[in-house]
Amino acid sequence: MCMSKIANAFQNGAAFIGFVTGGDPSLAKSEEIILAMVRGGADLIEIGIPFSDPIAEGSVIQAANLRALAAGATVDGIFAMVRCLREKTQTPIVFLTYLNPVHHYGYEAFFARCEETGVDGIILPDLPFEEQEELRGITAVHGVDLISLIAPTSAQRIARIAAQARGFLYLVSSMGVTGVRSEITTDLSAMLALVREAARLPAAVGFGIHSLAQAKEIARIADGVIVGSAIVKLVAQYGDDAAEAVEDYVRRMKAAMTQNE
Amino acid sequence: MKTGRFGSFGGQYIPETLMNEIHALEAAYNRYKEDPDFNGELNALLRDYAGRPSLLYYAEKMTRALGGAKIYLKREDLNHTGSHKINNVLGQALLAKRMGKTRVIAETGAGQHGVATATAAALLDLECEIFMGREDTERQALNVYRMELLGARVNPVVSGTMTLKDAVNETMREWVSRTHDTHYVLGSVMGPHPFPTIVGDFQSVISREAREQILARESKLPAAVLACVGGGSNAIGIFRHFVRDPSVRLIGCEAAGRGIETGRHAATIAKGEIGVFHGMKSYFCQDDQGQIAPVYSISAGLDYPGIGPEHAHLYATGRAEYVPVTDDEAVDAFEFLAHTEGIICAIESAHAVACVRTLAPQLPKDESVILCLSGRGDKDVAAIARYRGVNVHE
Repeated sequence: MCMSKIANAFQNGAAFIGFVTGGDPSLAKSEEIILAMVRGGADLIEIGIPFSDPIAEGSVIQAANLRALAAGATVDGIFAMVRCLREKTQTPIVFLTYLNPVHHYGYEAFFARCEETGVDGIILPDLPFEEQEELRGITAVHGVDLISLIAPTSAQRIARIAAQARGFLYLVSSMGVTGVRSEITTDLSAMLALVREAARLPAAVGFGIHSLAQAKEIARIADGVIVGSAIVKLVAQYGDDAAEAVEDYVRRMKAAMTQNE
Repeated sequence: MKTGRFGSFGGQYIPETLMNEIHALEAAYNRYKEDPDFNGELNALLRDYAGRPSLLYYAEKMTRALGGAKIYLKREDLNHTGSHKINNVLGQALLAKRMGKTRVIAETGAGQHGVATATAAALLDLECEIFMGREDTERQALNVYRMELLGARVNPVVSGTMTLKDAVNETMREWVSRTHDTHYVLGSVMGPHPFPTIVGDFQSVISREAREQILARESKLPAAVLACVGGGSNAIGIFRHFVRDPSVRLIGCEAAGRGIETGRHAATIAKGEIGVFHGMKSYFCQDDQGQIAPVYSISAGLDYPGIGPEHAHLYATGRAEYVPVTDDEAVDAFEFLAHTEGIICAIESAHAVACVRTLAPQLPKDESVILCLSGRGDKDVAAIARYRGVNVHE
């Protein structure tokens, strides 16, 4: 098995993983915002393919999904955006979406397009370990890493999940949906210790992270920090002019994370 | 067949955060479903509190008016809280207690499931929160007040289309945040395994009784059983014990709203496609991008873009038929049943009454059909009046 491109994201200290919803506020602006994240120092980009009913998302990303759909974002439109991005950056890119749009597109067609345009992985919050078999073969054929999530409630499941995991492990910091949290109460060190026992893959922490202090602290114990809602909030606030604010935010977060070294 | 599947339908398509809880629920259900104490307690509640067994009523005037097969009504509308929903809710609330939960949450469309859940919570001393689309809280304002009277907190859902689908989304989101003391009392034969099985099993009391009752009355099986279908719990309830009787036609009546060609409907089998949503693989109304489509029906209880996986399997294997019924046909049937039998049924159930009006005259007089009258219609009277242009103040 050759090493996936996603591993590159974790070569230079703790990785900053930034999320935006594709097509929010428009596909052209999403592309600008993603390039701004790369300039700001993002090591891996997560692009959300919008879905009408994102049950794992809090209100901020729900609203972004609806904005993107209202602005006409389609799966093909997002693939075209990735193709353009790939002419400008080799930063690893993963999709985050729900199973229905992928199922509707057709599994074979969808992952073939991922391979062709340069998408390195996919996160599907409604595809737990028990159902992953449905996609494991086809994602592997097309060199797309099917990324597994681990939650605070996963304890006895971690070993099984880790054994099949690809790319990196996405540690869900808290119970509940995505969204900015003032405090993360889960014992992340204990959770990470269980993960490290079971897997060699890098482990990144997401859900609720927004402040420099949180990023700094989590970068000390985890291999990556995933930030979604805080970036999407900037996009909601600044709209078409969000690129500059996002770049600045990502740069400050990444700087906070490297202060540990 | 994989665990938790009906053919290729069903499954457990939910966030990792819920998987542990879903496994705990499955284990608890498997432990208690054969437990004599649990079943003793449930059966006592169904009998003494809900009023079971429900009547199988021979609708003689309706039969004469239609001039064909004898029509029997399975009177779930006479249950405590006025619908079949109580059958499932009592089972799940007892299960939640056995699991050590102190709080239940539930989605509701028309409000029947919310009222039933709030009722069971009041009786069994559970804290209760209901999620209801804001549009539905306005359509069914009396049911909101009813739930509050019973001690529940009602949260209007303002995301998405503000109807049943969004209420399910929001209840799932609440459950992901808090599983340690909370059970999600899912209201239909949908969602991730084991919910479709649990709800179907608790509702199957309807056909267990109906099969015995019709054999006692007619000494032979009915030609058909009919029920309305949103998620499909009363339909699975009335179908389950007839599935292995191949001579009995199983007919589900889904909401065609303004008509299936208008785009304003909730006819999942007629117009939906296979997909994955709300934890299950099944048929869903969706657009050309795989986005869940906004649906519409005069009936808040059928206003749902999906259908339970057991129905998807019964349809895909040809065992059951699904027929779309428009708002107009349902309202006509609602009035017809009121005039001929003196029964005001739920607008949901009126979709099945409409099907019977077409089917019964095509069958010989020595045959019978059973119609599951899933709920009573008090909640719908004002809406039907408005539909007919009559200004009624509740």
